[in-house]
Amino acid sequence: MSMLSKFIEKGIETGTRMVPLEYQVKGSHVVQSVKQRLSLHRPIPVFVEKPIPDVATLSIDEIDVSNPFLYRQDKWESYFKRLRDECPVHYQKQSPFGPFWSVTRFEDILFVDKNHDLFSAEPIISLGPQPEGLEIETFIAMDPPKHDVQRAAVQGVVAPKNLKQMEDLIRARTADVLDHLPVNQPIDWVSHVSIELTARMLATLFDFPYEQRRKLAHWSDVAAGSPETFGGTSDTHEAFTTAAEAARLMSQLWREKAAKKATGEELGFDLISLLLSNDDTKDMINRPMEFMGNMVLLIIGGNDTTRNSMSGGVLALNQFPEEFTKLKNNPALIPSMVSEIIRWQTPLAYMRRVAKQDVELNGQTIRKGDKVVMWYASGNRDERNIDNPDQFIIDRKNVRNHLSFGFGIHRCMGNRLAEMQLRILWEEILQRFDNIEVIGEPKRNQSNFVRGYTEMMVSITPKA
Amino acid sequence: MGNIRFIEHDGTEHTAEIEEGKSLMQAALDNAVPGIDADCGGSCACGTCHVIVDRRWLDKTGAISSIEEQMLDLTPEKEETSRLACQITLSEAMDGMVVRLPEFQM
Repeated sequence: MSMLSKFIEKGIETGTRMVPLEYQVKGSHVVQSVKQRLSLHRPIPVFVEKPIPDVATLSIDEIDVSNPFLYRQDKWESYFKRLRDECPVHYQKQSPFGPFWSVTRFEDILFVDKNHDLFSAEPIISLGPQPEGLEIETFIAMDPPKHDVQRAAVQGVVAPKNLKQMEDLIRARTADVLDHLPVNQPIDWVSHVSIELTARMLATLFDFPYEQRRKLAHWSDVAAGSPETFGGTSDTHEAFTTAAEAARLMSQLWREKAAKKATGEELGFDLISLLLSNDDTKDMINRPMEFMGNMVLLIIGGNDTTRNSMSGGVLALNQFPEEFTKLKNNPALIPSMVSEIIRWQTPLAYMRRVAKQDVELNGQTIRKGDKVVMWYASGNRDERNIDNPDQFIIDRKNVRNHLSFGFGIHRCMGNRLAEMQLRILWEEILQRFDNIEVIGEPKRNQSNFVRGYTEMMVSITPKA
Repeated sequence: MGNIRFIEHDGTEHTAEIEEGKSLMQAALDNAVPGIDADCGGSCACGTCHVIVDRRWLDKTGAISSIEEQMLDLTPEKEETSRLACQITLSEAMDGMVVRLPEFQM
């Protein structure tokens, strides 16, 4: 059990509802800082970037795809191709994240994802553990039956029925961002468009104070940047201060909505309002780890993924200019292109499981308790299932048959929202711009999980 | 040769000929029935070939597995006679069967 949950449990005995969540996080921070000074804490790995060798120079055993620079240095395609061809279920005994199995082919990934009775999503779906003292509870990392109840409580917020009501608002906000972009000069597409639009969307989903929306993106970046969890660059102290701020503002938002409800005012279709209107979840604020878990999961889930697909689409159309021509000649291809962008980018590289029993998979014996990583990024480039998988083809046959949303009971809940946001973005782009030229190499994340861009300089040519 | 009738949420009807042994999902795809996404290609792993079987035909569609049940539980559109079309294998006994499509796939 995590320090924070122990701390909270103890608090509950003594009438905890009096201790605001923010102070619970701060308390945990103090505990962790003391432990750190006393060297009682688990060591946090430090990643220093070095040039990654050509995969052909390594023995199979030496291949470590947990390296957080593999994507940044654009070596991931060759590394995963070698594993798919020579050792599709691969064991790495001594990575900085401990030993783990890599599952790299499409069909094997589908098998693992489908069989949640053989492979557990608990305690967490990252290669490494969550930061000590900041272990939140989220249903993405729970098995049935607990998973089913928790997911059911929140999935309505991004269900297609709800989305229909949001479409006009998303379109207006997208149009507003595009209309104010400087043209014919270098601008950073990531900050101006991808982060801005996803932050606006998150603020809408949470009915979060609009002027503070970039905070949501920042919280997500800090959480997804944890070095021991994903090989990222976040600092532990920053993680705690960020978590405390998030806890404070999200709790405050909850109380405001609850007060509204108490006066009989009609609630909106935002996440907290939906939780407040459901009998199973209307008291979630009294279960702080669950409350924060759901908030964090939705913030991260709705942030990196869509953001990096918004940038990835621009890059893909620059690398495959004939597809841009195809698109402009036939904008009806936008929905198909959206699926292809999501496959080609695969914004989240993997999900991790733990074997609940010994399992034979593609000639290897995975032992009970072993970590098993399903590399969606690799499966989406598996030649056995996808023709010319490294090519970006906007009118590809069976374009929706990709792994980026995962399969089985943990399949992405926000898939329809993501597709809608991207569809609207491209519909509005084609109305306005003739070209978005990527100038220079984009900067990529340091992470083994998030496959994205921290900067992508472009120059926009408006329509004549 | 028998037929299956698909009815969209707005009432539009589509007919597909029964080919023994083929899945209902494949029949929908082959006959361009809209609203069946089949994202996982028929592996009972994505829930995007959800159909609502007319009650009179439900016993002809075979047993429902626990995996299918769990996938269906994820969709807010689930009804009492909901099935995943990829898990229904067509037979001549289904001649005339009516299935409705939900307004949205998950």
